[in-house]
Amino acid sequence: MANIQLKAVRKSYGAVEVIKGVDLEIKKGEFMVFVGPSGCGKSTMLRLISGLEQITSGDLLFDDELVNNVVPAKRGIAMVFQSYALYPHMTVFDNMAFGMKLDKTSKQEMKDRVQKAAELLQIDHLLDRLPKQLSGGQRQRVAIGRAIVRDPRVFLFDEPLSNLDAALRVQTRLEIAKLHHDMTDVTMIYVTHDQVEAMTLADRICVLRDGLIEQVGTPSELYENPASLFVAGFIGSPQMNFLKGAIAEKHNCTTLGIRAEHIEIADAADAEWTGKVVHAEDLGSDNYLFVDIGAGDPLIVRRPGKLETPLGTELNLRPIAGHIHRFDANEKPIR
Amino acid sequence: MSSDKSTNASPTAGKTLNLEQQRVRAAYMFLAPMLIMLLIVAAWPLFRSISFSFTDATANTIFNGQSEWIGFDNYVEKKVRSNGTVRWKGVLVDKDWWNAVWNTVRFSIVSVALETILGLLVALVLNAEFKGRGLVRAAVLIPWAIPTIVSARMWGWMLNDQFGIINEIMLTLHLIDKPIAWTASSDTAMIAVLIVDVWKTTPFMALLILAGLQMIPRDMYESARIDGIHPLRVFWRVTLPLLRPAILVAVIFRALDALRIFDLIYLLTPQSDSTITMSVLSYRELQQFGDYGEGSAMSTLLFLIITGFVLLYIKLGRVDLSGEKS
Repeated sequence: MANIQLKAVRKSYGAVEVIKGVDLEIKKGEFMVFVGPSGCGKSTMLRLISGLEQITSGDLLFDDELVNNVVPAKRGIAMVFQSYALYPHMTVFDNMAFGMKLDKTSKQEMKDRVQKAAELLQIDHLLDRLPKQLSGGQRQRVAIGRAIVRDPRVFLFDEPLSNLDAALRVQTRLEIAKLHHDMTDVTMIYVTHDQVEAMTLADRICVLRDGLIEQVGTPSELYENPASLFVAGFIGSPQMNFLKGAIAEKHNCTTLGIRAEHIEIADAADAEWTGKVVHAEDLGSDNYLFVDIGAGDPLIVRRPGKLETPLGTELNLRPIAGHIHRFDANEKPIR
Repeated sequence: MSSDKSTNASPTAGKTLNLEQQRVRAAYMFLAPMLIMLLIVAAWPLFRSISFSFTDATANTIFNGQSEWIGFDNYVEKKVRSNGTVRWKGVLVDKDWWNAVWNTVRFSIVSVALETILGLLVALVLNAEFKGRGLVRAAVLIPWAIPTIVSARMWGWMLNDQFGIINEIMLTLHLIDKPIAWTASSDTAMIAVLIVDVWKTTPFMALLILAGLQMIPRDMYESARIDGIHPLRVFWRVTLPLLRPAILVAVIFRALDALRIFDLIYLLTPQSDSTITMSVLSYRELQQFGDYGEGSAMSTLLFLIITGFVLLYIKLGRVDLSGEKS
């Protein structure tokens, strides 16, 4: 329920500057994902917003109110930690109710709220258990439930899925997305290093690199119009193909980027690149062919469906028009 | 022996051990040196001490084997006088012994309780982040590092009724009218011993508890901070319960130490009936009076009391020494 603004926010630990001047506005009810490689400052950003860390310089506003020096408890936030941070000696119910007890909530109301949140997350049958008796996914849901019962203005997630196995991660991702749909007036900020999580969950993504914002935009904006070589390489799986040297020069750029699905097989006559298949990955629905066109790394080409392509097959390839990304020497796009 | 080994190593040997058996054998081989060592330095002396307690051994007879088996007479012996009156003898009916037991238990309970509370406070301070924390942590250990004989002498001087600085300070502050003979007076001897022991051992307690504190994940506190839970409530509801295992183990270490305290008492308040402990009494019986039989009986009783105390504590506190539950 809060509009969050960061104005020229910086954070240093001693002489080391971790956040180097960030301007960002997160809108009411938005699901914003901070994504970037480890050490880019995304978790620090979340900790600054939560108030667990002091901002070195710059302003942080919640609904136009300066909160730089407001203690975390007064910011109306709830946070889900990577480690879940559940109290191991308390039952699920106590874990969820612990943060609430101070708010002068009546016993019955407290019970109702915990019950409601537990039902929403389908953990109402686990309320008497201790955290150690729960699976990783259930613990995660308790951690989320604990945040829900506090009825926060802002929901913060710090890499909440990274301790779960792949299948559970997809399932919990879905539940978090559902939560966002249900709690339309709660602003959610989510930190992850996994670009798939970012793409699937976010209303908008903020890509960070070395303490600076690289690009902010919707998932499709980032995918289709990356604002830098870094974003182009970071968003999307498999990674965008980057071609340099003579191939790029032909298109008047330093680096030419082309995604695997934007390369088609052509006739020998209008082929731009030719090469042999050196490796193939069959994902069932798609085939990824690694074609050595003499440009360093092999070119990754996506071929839908079940098409057996023996290694060593000679392929003629052509980029699909309008899907080429050109970058200059400063790694910025040439439009 | 050597042929055994060679057949074992040779692949053509008829008897081959499966993996499990090999592992068990290796485990025993690694354990053997320690078990032998324990047998020599712990089990054998304990056995000797217990067996002496059933003999009339004295300094004169202990090494030439002339001591005789007298059963439980060192513990309790019924003596019927010629006039028909019955007299009980032995450690178990000895007033001095029960005085020593009471002193030891009193000392242990009070000192361990004080050290636990103070140690916890020190640990909480040392766990906070501040500049020079490493230095302070090391400095806190100094009392623990000083040999007891040195600290006992040092405190003996400080507590001295004529030249002691403690009396001087208290007189100057008008807390007392006349000097107190801390170590000599029977009213204050135990207090003096407690002061020195608490001063000396609180650092040890603090360090053990600090180790436990550092095991508590930081994000648990951060979560509580975001939820706006009062620090005192966090302490009672989160820190203390999670610290419980560490505290229970630390207390058991200290209790074992306190129940067999000897050096400090022997040095600081020699010959004082109000502080003499089981260990000191047993030492006096053995070394000064040369009564190995009764001294050994006291040692054995001390051993039994400590064992009983610890077993009771483990059961009541549900201490998990094996580490299996965590």
